[in-house]
Amino acid sequence: MKKLLFLTLFGLAAAMTYAGGYRVGLQGQRRLAMGHTGVAVVDNAELAFFNPAGLVYLEDRINVSFGASAVFSDVVWQNDEFGQMARTDSPVGTPFYAYVSYKASDWLTLGLAAYTPYGSSVEWPTDWSGSHLVNNIDLKAIYIQALASVKISDKLSIGGGPIYVNGAVNFNRNLNRTLSDIDGNRANVTVDASGVHAWGWSLGAMFNPTDKLRIGANYRSEIIVEAEEGHADFSNIPASPLTPFNDTRFDASLPLPAELSVGASYEISDKWLIAFDYNRAFWDVYQSLDIDFQDPAVPDSENPRNYKDANTYRFGAQYIANEMFTLRAGYYFDESPVQSGYFAPETPRNDAHGFTAGLSVNITDKLAIDASFLYNRFEEINESYDYYMENGQNVPFEGSYKTVAFVPGLGVTFKI
Amino acid sequence: MKNYKFLAVGLLALGIVSCEPDLDNPIDEAGDVYSNGEADFTNYVALGNSLTAGYADNALYITGQTNSYPNILAGQFALTQETNEFTIPYMNDNAGGLLAGGQQITSNRLVLATDSQGNNSPSVYAGMAPTTDITNVLEGPFSNMGVPGAKSYHLGVEGYGNLAGVLSGMANPYFVRFASSPQASVMADALAQDPTFFSLWIGNNDVLGYATSGGVGVNQAGNLNPATYGSNDITDPQVFAQVYSQMVQALTANGAGGVLINIPDVTSIAFFNTVPNNALVLDAQTAGNLTAYFSAVSQVFAGGLMAQGVPQDQAVALASQYAITFNEGPNRFIIDVPVSQTNPLGFRQMTEDELIQLQVDQSALASGYGSVNLTTEVQQVLGLLMAGGTPTQEQANILFGGVNGLEDADVLDSTEISEIQTATTSFNQTISAVASANGLAMVDANALLNSVADGGLSFDGGTVTATYATGGAFSLDGVHLTPRGYAIVANEIIDQINATYGATVPKVNVGQYGTITLSNEVQ
Repeated sequence: MKKLLFLTLFGLAAAMTYAGGYRVGLQGQRRLAMGHTGVAVVDNAELAFFNPAGLVYLEDRINVSFGASAVFSDVVWQNDEFGQMARTDSPVGTPFYAYVSYKASDWLTLGLAAYTPYGSSVEWPTDWSGSHLVNNIDLKAIYIQALASVKISDKLSIGGGPIYVNGAVNFNRNLNRTLSDIDGNRANVTVDASGVHAWGWSLGAMFNPTDKLRIGANYRSEIIVEAEEGHADFSNIPASPLTPFNDTRFDASLPLPAELSVGASYEISDKWLIAFDYNRAFWDVYQSLDIDFQDPAVPDSENPRNYKDANTYRFGAQYIANEMFTLRAGYYFDESPVQSGYFAPETPRNDAHGFTAGLSVNITDKLAIDASFLYNRFEEINESYDYYMENGQNVPFEGSYKTVAFVPGLGVTFKI
Repeated sequence: MKNYKFLAVGLLALGIVSCEPDLDNPIDEAGDVYSNGEADFTNYVALGNSLTAGYADNALYITGQTNSYPNILAGQFALTQETNEFTIPYMNDNAGGLLAGGQQITSNRLVLATDSQGNNSPSVYAGMAPTTDITNVLEGPFSNMGVPGAKSYHLGVEGYGNLAGVLSGMANPYFVRFASSPQASVMADALAQDPTFFSLWIGNNDVLGYATSGGVGVNQAGNLNPATYGSNDITDPQVFAQVYSQMVQALTANGAGGVLINIPDVTSIAFFNTVPNNALVLDAQTAGNLTAYFSAVSQVFAGGLMAQGVPQDQAVALASQYAITFNEGPNRFIIDVPVSQTNPLGFRQMTEDELIQLQVDQSALASGYGSVNLTTEVQQVLGLLMAGGTPTQEQANILFGGVNGLEDADVLDSTEISEIQTATTSFNQTISAVASANGLAMVDANALLNSVADGGLSFDGGTVTATYATGGAFSLDGVHLTPRGYAIVANEIIDQINATYGATVPKVNVGQYGTITLSNEVQ
C-alpha cells in the first residue's frame, strides 16, 4: 500500500491512545510539560495548535517549533473467571508536531502547522481471547493547517484556518470466537484504507484584560473521515459455501470529534506563570463503527460505540529559573468518553491522571531545546464490551484492564 | 549538546523500563490467584481412549489433540502451580488418517460439506493426503496417554503398541506411534512417568463397539477371559471391575491424586439420536398400501399355517403380529429380527425406545429400506389376492420377500440397549466405588451427557445440545465430542477436582471452543 511521502518522512506517526478514545494530546513539548495547557499561554509557535489567535502576540518575526514524542504505552487484560490474560505489545508511537509563524505585519501573523491529534496503535497477541473484537489496530491522522492570526487590539485577537486531514487505518480482527480453517487457523479480516482525506477548521480568540492575565478559547471542528473503497482481506476462511467471505472493498467512516478549549493564564511574577485549560471533546458523534462491505455475501459489521462527550481539566505552572533554564510541571484529569459496557479492547480507555514535567534549555537567544515527560496513571478497571453478537445474542467480553503510558518528548523552539 | 543527548536517552530508557502495566492480582504468577488445594498437578498424566486423545470427526488430528480435555485441564492446572509441560503425541497433520508403511489404514477426518443445492453432509476430508505413518515412532514420554480404540483391559496389555500386532488386531496403531517399546503397555508407560495427578476415562469402548456395530458383537457377561473378546463385544462387568481397580491401585500407589470419569449412556450420543426410528414419513395413500400389504402378509401366513394343520385360532394369533398398520405421517420402521418360533417370518416394527444408528444408508431408507420393497412381482401377488385368488407357496414367498426390514447392524434393539445399559450401570458402579475407596474425584459424564441430550447446556453464546452437526457437542462422527464438547467435560472435571481437593482451578470459556469444521475439499 502506497503511503504518502510525508507519512514516511515523519516515521509513520502513530500513537497509543492515552487521551480519551483515540485523541492523542501531545501537541507541543512546552505545553505538554504544563499539563497540556496553552489556550491562553503566549510563548512559542505551539500556539498554532493551542490557540492560533495568540500567534500575533509573539514578538519575533519568525517562530518555529517542532518536536516529537515517544509513546510507550501498554495494556494488560485479565479475566479471573477463566484464568485468561493478555498484554498488548504495541509499537512505540511517535506523534509529532511542526509549527511555523510569520509576522506579516503588526496586526497579522500567518502560520503553518502539521500535527497528529488523533491516532491509535494497539497490538494484542494474535488470536487472544478478545481477538473477535480486535487483534490489532493502527489508526493515523495527520492534520495540516494554514493559519492567520489577526490582532484586533492589544487586548483582543482572533485566529484560525482550514485543516486538511490525511488519514490511514489498518484493523484486524477474527471473524468470531471460533471459526477456523481445516488447520485450526482462525478466520480473520483486515480492513485497510490509506490516503483518506477530509477537511475541517479551527478558530480561536484571545483576550488580555490585563498585562498579566490572558483568557483564551479555541474550537477545532469535527472531521468525519470517510474511508471509501478500502480493502477488506479475509484470511483462513474455510473452503465452504457456508462461509462466503471473499476479499472485497468496504466503506466506513470514523469521526475525529470537535474539541473546545477555554482557559486562562496568569503571570504571577517575572518568573512564575500558571495556566488552566478546560477541554471538551465532542465524542458523542462516535455512536457506532460500521463497516459496509461491498460484497453482498459478506455481512456488514456494526459495532456500537456510544461514546459520550468528555472533559479534560488541565493545570500547569512555569518557572523561569535563569536565562538558561525554564522549568515546567502540570497535571490533568482526562475523562474517558467510553461508557460502561462499551469498553472495547481496541481503545481500552478509562479515566486518566496525567502528570507532566519538562524544561527548556536556551542554547542561544534564538534556539531552545524543549523536553517533556508525561506519566499517565490509570486505575485498574473491571469493564466489558457487551455488544458483540453471536447467534443473535450479546456475548459480553469482560475483564480487568490496566494501562500505563510513559511519554518522553523532545522539541526545538527557534525564533528570529 | 552532549548533555541533552544524555537527557534524551535517559527519558527514553525510563519509558522502556517502566511501561509494563501490572494488575493488582495478576494470574500469571502461578498459584497467587488460584490454588491447587491438596492436589499436586506437577506431573499430570491422562489415561483413556479416543475421548482422552481428543479424537473427533472419526479421526485423530492436531487441532483435536490440542483441544482434548486433558490438554485443556493442563492449561488450567498451570495457573495454580508450577507444572511440567503437558506433552502430546501429536499427529503429523490435520487430515487425520493413519498410514502403516505408506498404506492408509484409517480414513481421514469428516468435515461438513455443502453441495450445490445447499445440502450439508458429513464427508471425508480430501484436501490433503494423510502423512502420519505409525512406523514413525515418537520419542516420549507423553502426558496424554489416551489411545483411541482402547478398552479397559487393553491398557495393561504388553505389546499393545507393537507394530507387528496391528494387522491381527492384537495391537493398536495409535499406541504404536508412541509406545516406549514394542513390548510396553499403556499403564507401564504411564506409571514410568511417576504422575502426581492422573485422569482415567476408560470403559467406553467396552460397550461402545457393541453399540455402534448395532449389537452384532457378543455380550461377554460371564466370560472372564478378555483375551477371547472381539472388538464389538461387551466386556464382562467382573473383568472390568478387576482391571479397573488394579489400574487405579497402581496409579495411586505413590500417593498420586486423580479423577475418574464414568461411562456415558450410549443412547445419549448423537450417533443414535439423529435418525429417528419413526422417520418413515408416509402420505395417506402409501400408508394405506403398506397397511394392505402387511394385512395380506398376515392373512397369507395364517392361511399357510392352517394348510399345515395349525388350528385356526393359533394360526391367526401368530400371524396377527404381521398385520402392521401404517398411518399418514411418521411411522416406525420395520426391522429384521432372528427367525424364531414366536416370530417365524423374522421381522417386526421397531418399538418406541429402539434406536437407528447415524450411518444407516439414507437413500436406501428413502426407497423402501426399513419397510417394503414393492416390486412388480410383489404387486402381482397382491393383485391376485385382491381378486380373491389363493397364492401358491412360491407366490406367498414372493409376497413375504417384499418385507425389507432394517438389518441388525443398523439398529439397537431393546434387548441390545438393555444389555448395554446393564453393563454401563455396572461399570459406573465400579468407578464410583473405586473413586470413593481411594478418595479420588469422580465425574459423572453419564449424567453430563444426558443433560446435553436432554435440553442442552447453556453457555454465553447459546445452548450446546446433542443435535447432530448443529448442536455443538458432538463431532461429525456422532460419538466423539467437538472442542466445545470437550471443554464442557473439562469444566465438569474441574468442578469435581475443586470439590474433592479443595482447589480453585478456573474453568474455561466454553464459547471460545469451536464445533465442527466446514470444508468442501472432499472426495
